[in-house]
Amino acid sequence: MPNESLPSTLRRDDIPGWGSDLDRANRPAVPMERMPARLDHPPHPPAQQHSHAEVLVSPERPGITPIYGTTAPPRGLSGVLRRTAYKQTENDIRHWLLLLLADRVDAVEGIGEDLRHGHIPNVFSEMGLPAAWKHNPRGVIRKAAIGAAVVGVGYWLLKRRR
Amino acid sequence: MLAMNYRGPYRIRAAYKPDPEIEHPGDAIVRVTRSCICGSDLHLYHGMVPDTRVGSTFGHEFVGEVVEIGDAVQHLKVGDRVLVPFNIFCGSCYFCERELYSNCHNVNPEASAVGGIYGYSHTTGGYDGGQAELVRVPMADVGPMVIPDDLDEDDAVLLTDAVPTGYQAAEMGDIRAGDTVVVFGAGPVGIFAAKSAWLMGAGRVIVVDHVDYRLDFVRRYAQCEVVNFKDVQDMALHIKKMTDWLGADVCIDAVGCEAAGSAMQSLTGRYAMIQAGSATALHWAINSVRKGGNVSIVGVYGPTFNAVPISNALNKGLTLRMNQASVKRHLPRLLEHIRAGHLNPKEIITHRVPLADVADAYQIFSGKLDNCIKTVLIPSGPSS
Repeated sequence: MPNESLPSTLRRDDIPGWGSDLDRANRPAVPMERMPARLDHPPHPPAQQHSHAEVLVSPERPGITPIYGTTAPPRGLSGVLRRTAYKQTENDIRHWLLLLLADRVDAVEGIGEDLRHGHIPNVFSEMGLPAAWKHNPRGVIRKAAIGAAVVGVGYWLLKRRR
Repeated sequence: MLAMNYRGPYRIRAAYKPDPEIEHPGDAIVRVTRSCICGSDLHLYHGMVPDTRVGSTFGHEFVGEVVEIGDAVQHLKVGDRVLVPFNIFCGSCYFCERELYSNCHNVNPEASAVGGIYGYSHTTGGYDGGQAELVRVPMADVGPMVIPDDLDEDDAVLLTDAVPTGYQAAEMGDIRAGDTVVVFGAGPVGIFAAKSAWLMGAGRVIVVDHVDYRLDFVRRYAQCEVVNFKDVQDMALHIKKMTDWLGADVCIDAVGCEAAGSAMQSLTGRYAMIQAGSATALHWAINSVRKGGNVSIVGVYGPTFNAVPISNALNKGLTLRMNQASVKRHLPRLLEHIRAGHLNPKEIITHRVPLADVADAYQIFSGKLDNCIKTVLIPSGPSS
């Protein structure tokens, strides 16, 4: 390899470890599929996890996997949308679009949940605006101005239509 | 316990939730001592990953101490300090047998196209993540690695994702001696991809981004050339001019679905969400690499589809390789590199933030404010 291809001020010797993994035998993922797996201990197929949480399962699987997460089970209207989404395969675009819609509905339901528990969400704090104001006040002002302009134009268009 | 709590796009807070419990005999509970915010967490934060549910806790880069183990755990014990790869994997399925741990088939009921990942939506299994005081760690005998005494915790936490992902990006590029490697993205993964390209014998490493402070950092840290794409009229043309009109031997996409640089990609991918994110970096990678060259993708995209010039990839005879990193597979070699002084991961950490201030930390990292490269969240405060 000609040194000319390095930046003019840089020599190969200046780069810690240059070429130490040039030999493919030193590269952990060569070959791409390697058997047997080099794990610390011989693995055993996992036993089935049992839980009362509702877990949605992709139709592209024969059933629930032995291990799974149980956080944030489906709930409310967003849960209805998620259950509908999981009736479609991953191959079907409707599956993903319904899930994105469910996520947005879930965010609104989350505000309702907060209010039901007597918690008024501090949206400014949740969006990290104190940090943005500290480090980039111009950016905050610019975004606020753009937001106000969009709302203003929308309001003007609505008023004009009437 | 205190944990990061997702409330909707751009809205998170630190809030108390019930402690995790042993749900399977192979589980452990880990008390988190360090947890990073990853660039890919921002895709969740910005609401781009389907099935990201309110109340979830993010965080797939964390280290900590084992505080409880299930009945079937034999090789970890309470008190062990562990680094936990971001992949959850069983070690015994068809894919794990072939060391494709990120593609494990036994840990994610919600999708077949992706394995299990801590704190990364129900699309990757619905597990809570490590941006919390405590976290459930399934398959505790398989995934976690006890942190060697000579390894700094700050180095260890970067071995859970950023370093191995950057290394695997270079490895999938199949770099040969003297190759010209272009890395798109000067975030933590791009930085480690650039460092790893030298380890594999690259002759020239060029990093492309549009954030000046990150380009300055990677130029010094990874001793590479840099290009700010805002100063360039056409990225592919610029790379061709830099490479005797042939194109780079290897291009690495270390950006993923929130790439800047193309108004059309940003409009359709990030704002209208007509495609699964903005594929600008991948578009540039395909068009900047030489005929017969390799494109390596570790940037994360959504699960639907993206507009990329696949015809050019065909006509140029490219090899495209991509995957989530199989972290565990890389750890022994990466430890050797750290011990030899070839890699010094913790130098990229710029911010240490108490978990209680997680919303501010996301804003700083997302907005690239205060010269932020990598943020570490510390549950007990930044002095621990």
